[in-house]
Amino acid sequence: MIEVSGLRKSYRSRKGRKFTIVEAVRGVDFAVQRSEIFGFLGPNGAGKTTTLRMLATLLRPDGGDATIAGVDLLGNPARVRQRIGFVAQSGGTYDQSTARRDLVHQARMYGVAKSAAKGLAEEAIKAFQLGEFADRRIGTYSGGQRRRLDVALGVIHSPQVLFLDEPTVGLDPPSRARMWTEVRKLRDQGMTIFLSTHYLDEADALCDRISIIDAGLIVAEGTPSDLKREFSGDVIIVDLAAPDTAGAPEPTVMLEGSKILTEQPYVQSCETIDTTLRLYVDSAATAIPQVMRALSSKGIEPGAIESRRPSLDDVFLAKTGRTLAD
Amino acid sequence: MKLARDTWLTFQYEAGQLVHSPVSIAISLLQPVTYLLLFTPFLKSVMGSSSYGGAYAIYVPSLFAAMGIFSGLFAGFAMIAAIRRGVIGRLRVTPLSRVGLLLGWELMFVALVAFQAVVIAVVAVIFGLRVPLINLLLALVLLSLMVIIGVSISYVLTIFVPNQTVLANLTNGVTEPIALLAGVLIPLSVAPLWVRRVALWNPFAWGANGMRAVFQGHVGAPVVWQATIILAAIAAIAVLVSSRLINREIA
Repeated sequence: MIEVSGLRKSYRSRKGRKFTIVEAVRGVDFAVQRSEIFGFLGPNGAGKTTTLRMLATLLRPDGGDATIAGVDLLGNPARVRQRIGFVAQSGGTYDQSTARRDLVHQARMYGVAKSAAKGLAEEAIKAFQLGEFADRRIGTYSGGQRRRLDVALGVIHSPQVLFLDEPTVGLDPPSRARMWTEVRKLRDQGMTIFLSTHYLDEADALCDRISIIDAGLIVAEGTPSDLKREFSGDVIIVDLAAPDTAGAPEPTVMLEGSKILTEQPYVQSCETIDTTLRLYVDSAATAIPQVMRALSSKGIEPGAIESRRPSLDDVFLAKTGRTLAD
Repeated sequence: MKLARDTWLTFQYEAGQLVHSPVSIAISLLQPVTYLLLFTPFLKSVMGSSSYGGAYAIYVPSLFAAMGIFSGLFAGFAMIAAIRRGVIGRLRVTPLSRVGLLLGWELMFVALVAFQAVVIAVVAVIFGLRVPLINLLLALVLLSLMVIIGVSISYVLTIFVPNQTVLANLTNGVTEPIALLAGVLIPLSVAPLWVRRVALWNPFAWGANGMRAVFQGHVGAPVVWQATIILAAIAAIAVLVSSRLINREIA
């Protein structure tokens, strides 16, 4: 449904008097299948929004090709616009307007006659449960209500492809769960959904497939479970900050701890993140006592140790050397 | 016709937002009404006008010109707000005609300034202005063309000067000389020759002079048709160039 190859975009940015070229997207390739939720996972500034804006015809790519719903993006952006919906992170409504007025206007922009547009707006109000507040000023809506309106606006013309830029940023957990349900419902109706997120759990729970993007390049692609499968064992997190003082441990202690644990035969790899060491091991149950012993033999007392299953953050860490966790 | 439909649709939507915030429209009328009531007496004595009606016939077109110049050239700030809100992005991913979108916005400002001008005219009539309706309508045509030129310039500046502080300073810096050289305080007829020569290059000065001739009953004066042609031509070019520049990012 979406095929992208070599898509690039750079900006000229000015620092004082010097112009520098910022390469926001440095050539990305991916393909999104019909009726799947495809996620772009990456930290802020990775190039997610720039990619989305290029695919939504809002930004001209510097290079590369894209086909969306069978239409060439650069060759016929007007036709692409008829087949896609786009929901920006900032939303797209005036405070003084109302949901109903915006929905009717949105439908009319797709060439729908006034009476039919009113019908579509009514349907959207029902489908996204906006009835309670549809005729109130948008400025009075909660974050979740506003977001549901944004999505309702984005799909009023039943697009084949829907782009969602960080659909759940700033939402409370119930609104977030509700948004996920809405997105899944759209997918089940046959819509292809491309979304960007910097939330690990969102990528994991909502997306059928994801691409991990960092510094304008895709570093990994697959289903969340496939990506995590690269890590066969468990993850152990050793916090070296003393529990009573909560102060940061001495850098020498961090270094020494990392050195000892890396040397242990049962540790596959060891990464240092702030005051913690992240160990990849076959089995946390047997490794934890050994970790304790190895550390205390050198006089290092860890403040806390916990174990968990590998997450997408471990994938991200392995590919980029950095962590994505907030 | 798609362009006409999309222009109308955009105009309706944007004007609808204005209608639903009547307080801001009322506030926007405060300054021109204040000038009308407090500045005209000064002008009456400076220009040696025999009656208030005469002074209003001189000052009301100046005030129209000032409203057109300032509303038009500061239009970009409303666009920045709409961009921040994401409204522009939402409209631009629809198949809406790009030129229709721009024209709809321009017309919204035209309607707003025309409404303000009518209010000013009504107040001035109450205080002694006498002007035939047809002359007033002709002045509104000139004023509308001035607004279109101003909005187009402002949009282009907004696109190319993303820094809002710089944009504000730049807009102020451009607007003040344009306004003074259009004779918005004292008519250009009393300006020294060199000022009048410079003002020949200011389309807004043509607009102000044309409107002033109309208000003084000289509909047939050459400056009226000259101003109409000059403003119409520049407005057409401004709309074409600005829509081209604004939409350059993607076809």
